[in-house]
Amino acid sequence: MSGNRVAGKGRVDVGKSVRFTFDGKPFVGLKGDTVSSALLANGVHLMGRSFKYHRPRGPVAAGSEEPNALIGTRRGPGRFEPNTRATVQEIWQGLETTSQNKYPSLKWDIGAVNDAAYMLFSAGFYYKTFMWPKSFWHRVYEPFIRAAAGLGVSPTEEDPDTYASRFLHCDVLVVGAGPAGLAAARAAAVDGLKVVLVDENAEVGGSLLSEPQALVDGQRAWDWLAAEVEALKAAGVRIMTRTTAIGYYHQNMIGMVERLTDHLSDLPADTPRERMWRVRAKRVVLAQGALEKPLVFHGNDCPGVMLAGSAQTYLNRYGVLVGQRPVILTSHDSAWFAAFDLADAGAQVQAIVDTRESVRDDLLAEAGKRGIRLKIGHTATATKGRLRVTSLRVNPVTDGKVGAGYVIGCDAVLMSGGWTPSLHLFSHTRGSLAWDEDLTTFLPKDTPENCVIAGASRGLWGVEAVLNDGADKGRAVAADLGGTGGETACSVASDRTGTGVSHTELPTDLNPGKAKAFVDYQNDVTAKDLRLAVREGMRSIEHVKRYTTNGMATDQGKMSNINGLNIAADALGKKQPQVGLTTFRPPYTPTSFGAFAGYHRGAHFEVTRKTRIDGWAEENGAVFEPVGQWRRAWHFPKPGEDMDTAVRRECVATRQSVGIFDASTLGKIEVVGPDAVEFMNRMYTNPWTKLAPGRCRYGLLCGDDGFIRDDGVIGRLTTDRFHVTTTTGGAARVLNMMEDYLQTEWPDLNVWLTSTTEQWATIALNGPKAAALLAPLVEGVDLTDEAFPHMSCVECTVAGMPARLFRVSFTGEIGFEVNVPAPRGRTLWEVLWEAGRQYDICAYGTETMHVLRAEKGYIIVGQDTDGTVTPKDAGLDWAVGKSKPDFVGKRGMARPDLTSEGRKQLVGLLTEDHSRLEEGAQIVFDPTQALPMTMVGHVTSSYHSDAVGRPIALALVEGGHGRMGETVHIPMPDRTIAAKITPMVFVDPDNARLKI
Amino acid sequence: MTHFSAFSLLKNALTGHKNWTEQWPDSQPKAEYDVVIVGAGGHGLGAAYYLAKEHGITNVAVIDKGWLGGGNTGRNTTIIRSNYLYDESARLYDHSVDLWENLSQELNYNVMYSRRGVLMLAHNVHDVQSFKRHIHSNRLNGVDNRWLTPEECKAYCPPLSISKSARYPVMGGALQERAGTARHDAVAWGYARGAAARGVDIIQNCPVTAIRRNADGSVAGVETARGFIRAKKVGVSAAGHTSVVMQTAEVRLPLESYPLQALVSEPVKPVFPCVVMSNAVHAYISQSDKGELVIGSGTDQYTSYSQRGGLPLIEHTVAAIAEVFPIFNRMRMLRKWGGIVDVTPDRSAIISKTPVEGLYVNCGWGTGGFKATPGAAHTFAWTIAKDEPHPINAPFTMERFRTGRLIDEAAAAAVAH
Ligand SMILES: Cc1cc2nc3c(=O)[nH]c(=O)nc-3n(C[C@H](O)[C@H](O)[C@H](O)COP(=O)(O)OP(=O)(O)OC[C@H]3O[C@@H](n4cnc5c(N)ncnc54)[C@H](O)[C@@H]3O)c2cc1C
Repeated sequence: MSGNRVAGKGRVDVGKSVRFTFDGKPFVGLKGDTVSSALLANGVHLMGRSFKYHRPRGPVAAGSEEPNALIGTRRGPGRFEPNTRATVQEIWQGLETTSQNKYPSLKWDIGAVNDAAYMLFSAGFYYKTFMWPKSFWHRVYEPFIRAAAGLGVSPTEEDPDTYASRFLHCDVLVVGAGPAGLAAARAAAVDGLKVVLVDENAEVGGSLLSEPQALVDGQRAWDWLAAEVEALKAAGVRIMTRTTAIGYYHQNMIGMVERLTDHLSDLPADTPRERMWRVRAKRVVLAQGALEKPLVFHGNDCPGVMLAGSAQTYLNRYGVLVGQRPVILTSHDSAWFAAFDLADAGAQVQAIVDTRESVRDDLLAEAGKRGIRLKIGHTATATKGRLRVTSLRVNPVTDGKVGAGYVIGCDAVLMSGGWTPSLHLFSHTRGSLAWDEDLTTFLPKDTPENCVIAGASRGLWGVEAVLNDGADKGRAVAADLGGTGGETACSVASDRTGTGVSHTELPTDLNPGKAKAFVDYQNDVTAKDLRLAVREGMRSIEHVKRYTTNGMATDQGKMSNINGLNIAADALGKKQPQVGLTTFRPPYTPTSFGAFAGYHRGAHFEVTRKTRIDGWAEENGAVFEPVGQWRRAWHFPKPGEDMDTAVRRECVATRQSVGIFDASTLGKIEVVGPDAVEFMNRMYTNPWTKLAPGRCRYGLLCGDDGFIRDDGVIGRLTTDRFHVTTTTGGAARVLNMMEDYLQTEWPDLNVWLTSTTEQWATIALNGPKAAALLAPLVEGVDLTDEAFPHMSCVECTVAGMPARLFRVSFTGEIGFEVNVPAPRGRTLWEVLWEAGRQYDICAYGTETMHVLRAEKGYIIVGQDTDGTVTPKDAGLDWAVGKSKPDFVGKRGMARPDLTSEGRKQLVGLLTEDHSRLEEGAQIVFDPTQALPMTMVGHVTSSYHSDAVGRPIALALVEGGHGRMGETVHIPMPDRTIAAKITPMVFVDPDNARLKI
Repeated sequence: MTHFSAFSLLKNALTGHKNWTEQWPDSQPKAEYDVVIVGAGGHGLGAAYYLAKEHGITNVAVIDKGWLGGGNTGRNTTIIRSNYLYDESARLYDHSVDLWENLSQELNYNVMYSRRGVLMLAHNVHDVQSFKRHIHSNRLNGVDNRWLTPEECKAYCPPLSISKSARYPVMGGALQERAGTARHDAVAWGYARGAAARGVDIIQNCPVTAIRRNADGSVAGVETARGFIRAKKVGVSAAGHTSVVMQTAEVRLPLESYPLQALVSEPVKPVFPCVVMSNAVHAYISQSDKGELVIGSGTDQYTSYSQRGGLPLIEHTVAAIAEVFPIFNRMRMLRKWGGIVDVTPDRSAIISKTPVEGLYVNCGWGTGGFKATPGAAHTFAWTIAKDEPHPINAPFTMERFRTGRLIDEAAAAAVAH
């Protein structure tokens, strides 16, 4: 065991040594250590370099608020993360860690030249320079600035770990398992209330782990703690450690991240690395405790300068003395106890330097007992030491005058500027804060959420006060939820309470213009920078923060916000509340992307919706395309075929005999009720009243702006029941739109809407042989043109399955769409496939579907229309029921611009040189004009068509309907293509094939 | 106004930075102004700047309920591009980009306009069609935008995954090289400093509670938390709260306000050279000069004035980033926040006169108005000064929702099949 480890102290496991490396050098720590405590035990304080000036830094804290000791952590291939707080990362056998932001080494870093030129790098310097010559910005200055960015390096490999996410509902969530949180959970866990207690630490106990001297109801603190944990468990409280409440969202929803493996030597095979919990709690008790403030003086960032409370944590929790010869520098009573704890553990405390004029007698007496030198009414004005502090310069202050300075040798400076409640989660709720002049800090006031604050997070001090406050809050919350509340008042002996004063920068006799007195350690923001910002007119704390970057480091201002505010307020000559506190943002501590993404990675990023026939398509060599969340068979290439050849074959086969197509992804909505027909009349542009049961109709849906939103064939099965189909991508949107109208505009209509997209498998048969193929399999319906003409629908039996049969066509050939209950889809497909062999049935995919429908001039909403196309523009004026009193979009489409001349209208295009146009290509009338050209439309669809014998295209062209036969031009990067405007229907304009 | 330069920086460094002066004073309201601008975002401050500089109108106040630049200007992910589909948009945004290119010199304030290139990824056939349409249209409009294959995308942005087995594989991308980012605060501050130097009063922490009208219906001034302020003309540029302010003048606007969230990662060394946008998976990303990955999401699902924003959307956004850039999965999110954006039915802005004489509005910038800041401010100032729109903003009227003459950039990117 190294010289800094204190026998009999700490909660680490002395019997279990753990090996790890730091910058390649092997170190040994103990089980239960963090990287920071283990390195400190080995006498290493230097753990990193600061952002701007590359100054050497060591840990200033012992918890998640640490701004300095950020390291890279690695566990073999793929598992590296930058900027890990050494004070949080637990060590495990084999852990590799590296320091950051240094070159070539942590001890000798070239970037530290910035430190020498620090006067140039004042707050906001980059706004004032790098502007001349202008061309230098892009080529010289900007690359230079960008190259200086960042602390650690990004991972470079894909993350092999998995992440999970869960929901949790509870009555009471207690955040923070210090004495206040423990007591609150205990008091609330009555009458079967479901209570959850979380803490970001590896174990519960909070400040009791750092200061174990208290006797709670006569029991030693750690014994009491152990008993309390058992009692909580017995009471059914769910205790979650290594779990950080990262954000407080609307309606008492708390996001929490549980870290499951980062502390383990051996990774369990089936455990996620982290788990995101989304907790909905009826009541929340925030018991996040308080954070100690650093003191602001020249050289306060030297490695070895640390918060006094953190030194206590290292000693009592980890058994590590952070220095053999520490000096205490404080403006608060609490650091005196740190001096006592360290002295009692064998450190030679060099002095207690207190900025106050007088100090409590009992503290003086305790110090005297230990023979500690006292410097009351003193300030600190400098430290010495490059990689580790070697001395502190202190000066007496009398009547505000700083006297002559002298030096106290030391190997650590333990400072305390007092404490500030941890208000982060409270702040997420948009809770309001009240300034407490005595404590010089903000305290929580009102919040719109259902939460209460307990313990040190509302400014209380001492174990007894905090325990009893926690119990009170727990009881109150339980009572609020109908519980009786437990009786848990405690009495505490050897409690430590205290007070202090608050400072801006400590007074100094040195030139303050040269002082490097840091407020935000990581971002290298000094008190001077804050004052400069104010001098330059930054009056709001938000401006000061943004101008200096104070509080924007990865500790999220936990160390710097209050000191920064005090200094800014002082510079402005205002009270702190007039300057305001910046809003704390989630997450409470930096949280891995993986935890947010959870299961939604790779194939699970979003569900892949597959039809029941997808498996058949896959077995038969289909190439798929993503359409929204669906994957659809795009084409079915035979061996050796490319997409073009496959599509041409599929097109020809369908037009000549019969093709089979999986149309299951079409959106389907069942519209039912006595007012169903009225509802349809109002939603869709078409009239529905006269549509007889057993018939279907092409339905067109517009937005209230009068532009086409969706379309689909709609069958009327009975007087009060419609089978509505929508586009694949539009299904959810259309249902939402319908529900929106039904619930908000027409609540009087008696109609039910049900999405049935996934209830039906839909198979389309198209081609001259479709009826011949299908007829033998259909029971109860005569499939002749007379008995079941185009646009008929019926409920019947197909191949022994209950079915809804439609005679519709999206190809121009005779077509049927058979809907059967989804689980039977594949069976039906196979039956049809077998029955179709005699007709050389051909399976086709979406691309062939696109070609066939374009040949026939059928539009695809979203491809041939884009939300700016009216029914008239699309040549679908016939689908608008002009005599209907009203329908969605009626008023919109009557607006002047929608009825004016010169709108872009959908037409066909045939290129003069028989080349195939590019979809999206722009159309002009005059190809010789200079840029910017006047564009009059664009190509919406374009395919090679064997049926037409040349490529065909659909396009939106200004005034297109009145320009049949005219030539337009499509300027491409390399040439301009001429094309003739034609009607949209290229194949069978008389509908002879459809037999209508 | 102290002139900023390397020289002045050096000089002040040598004197301990003691002699810098305020960049703008904290003005108290006067009784009357020629023009009052409501909203001290980039747009409002910029409009005041151009009123003073280009139109000689200096008796101007910009009034904000909070601190200047604290709205969406200080909350956005700063993507700047101009490869919009429609001629009207292309002209407006390209006008902006022209102004961006000289803005640092114009304002003597380094706004760090970074021409690092914006790459928009296509993940399905519909994206490909839509992007190609944009590229063709941009080409004929003289706007830079070109198509990249997946391999070219990867070469341009090495962290990108172009794995074919991804849930939504990258099928290519549209690259505008002239596009990029800028430093948002600097834009607000630079305009504020420039405007103040020309005599504009910037009045902060002073909510405008109502617009008051004269008996003849014309604008009389604004009621504020610090009393009534008379004004010959009032220009409203209040982003997500515009409809609330305009309502007090009985002008109804076709706006819906949504929370829009963004986040940054912990800072890392340079790893991400450009800006990448993926509409299909809903994620936008670049790396700031501090090293943070700056990530934006889509709007929350519901309208709201609460800037908190929900957790589910952030989960989705981060998942999308980790999907497209799997090496970032172990990176950590440092901070997330939200702003309230004002969305019009056609997703294009309104820079317009209103039915109320002397009242003008600049709004509807939704999720994408930072890039337009100089251009919008410039044309808005013109509209106010001359009581008629500049040719560039003439199509961006309120009237268009009545006539149907929309500039539908949303429709241009709509997805259906
Ligand atoms: C998260 C997020 C990401 C974004 N990303 C991008 C992006 O990458 N690229 C892009 O181009 N755009 C982006 N935007 C949009 C962009 O931020 C805005 O369109 C643009 O900044 C708007 O500027 P503004 O000056 O109009 O509004 P703001 O900066 O919001 O200014 C409006 C001001 O009006 C004030 N105000 C409101 N009501 C009153 C009142 N009653 N009295 C007085 N003052 C009032 C507000 O306090 C505010 O300061 C994003 C927005 C958000 C929220």
